[in-house]
Amino acid sequence: MPKPKRILAIASGGGHFVQLLRLRPAWEGQLITYATVHGASATDVAPMALLTFRDVSRADWWRLPLTVFDILVIFARVRPQVIVTTGALPGLVALALAVPFGVRTLWVDSIANSEVLSGSGGQAGKVATRVLTQWPLLAQPNVEYWGSVL
Amino acid sequence: MPFDRLVRAMDEWAAANPEVPVEIQIGRGKYEPRNARFHRLLPVAAYRQKVAEARLFVAHAGIGSIITAVEAGKPLLMLPRLKAEGEHNTDHQLATAASICDRPGLFVAADTADLKARAAEMFAVGATPPAAIAPFADPGFTDRIRAFIEAP
Repeated sequence: MPKPKRILAIASGGGHFVQLLRLRPAWEGQLITYATVHGASATDVAPMALLTFRDVSRADWWRLPLTVFDILVIFARVRPQVIVTTGALPGLVALALAVPFGVRTLWVDSIANSEVLSGSGGQAGKVATRVLTQWPLLAQPNVEYWGSVL
Repeated sequence: MPFDRLVRAMDEWAAANPEVPVEIQIGRGKYEPRNARFHRLLPVAAYRQKVAEARLFVAHAGIGSIITAVEAGKPLLMLPRLKAEGEHNTDHQLATAASICDRPGLFVAADTADLKARAAEMFAVGATPPAAIAPFADPGFTDRIRAFIEAP
């Protein structure tokens, strides 16, 4: 295997994080750090590191500066070479913030979005290296289907 | 986001079934149950423990709830959040529900009346559990992500 890379796997709580965990074999053997909203999720990834950030969504968008700050702190600690996210908006924020650093980034749209790409997913193409949907019918130019978590 | 419509419906169900212990995770909801124990947010380990011990698991049509139920081998009764009720930003939970409702062990209620009726039935006679799933996503998928990660 090539030299291990520093990977940041980032997701909001609930189903977003659960989906991220189901993708774990993809980064086995890499230098992985997880980031999510709830610190209690550390038990799911131990002994790998888990860092937290303050949540934000469209409904409380004014909290965005807090999330931006928290993610920049995470970047400083982790110095990721690759970022994988299953959303939601904080994941999009992370990918946008990563653009100036030349980091390879992957947006995996939630399996919840079976009829149309999520709001954040629709924007992810502007900042992500690759954007994935988990539903074959939603594949389109610049949105690929590589499989699904279930 | 709050989901008072679900919390209230299950609180009413608890009132109608006083012999049944009901616990509800209410998040940031305004409505506080009077007939059931409630928590704002359970740590994930406690949440999974309660799902494992429950005779009936009722939730929104969220992927976290679905995967938790499937991994615990528990049937799940869902009420999708609706954008029009201010329960979510979009109606994607209706899409999620439609895409998984033909899998065994995953049931979707059309409204709160349907929810209470199905809850009563499922509690009384039980329901088919969901089919077991592998602990991780299909290797074909994770291999492609691995290749993306390893690319120079």
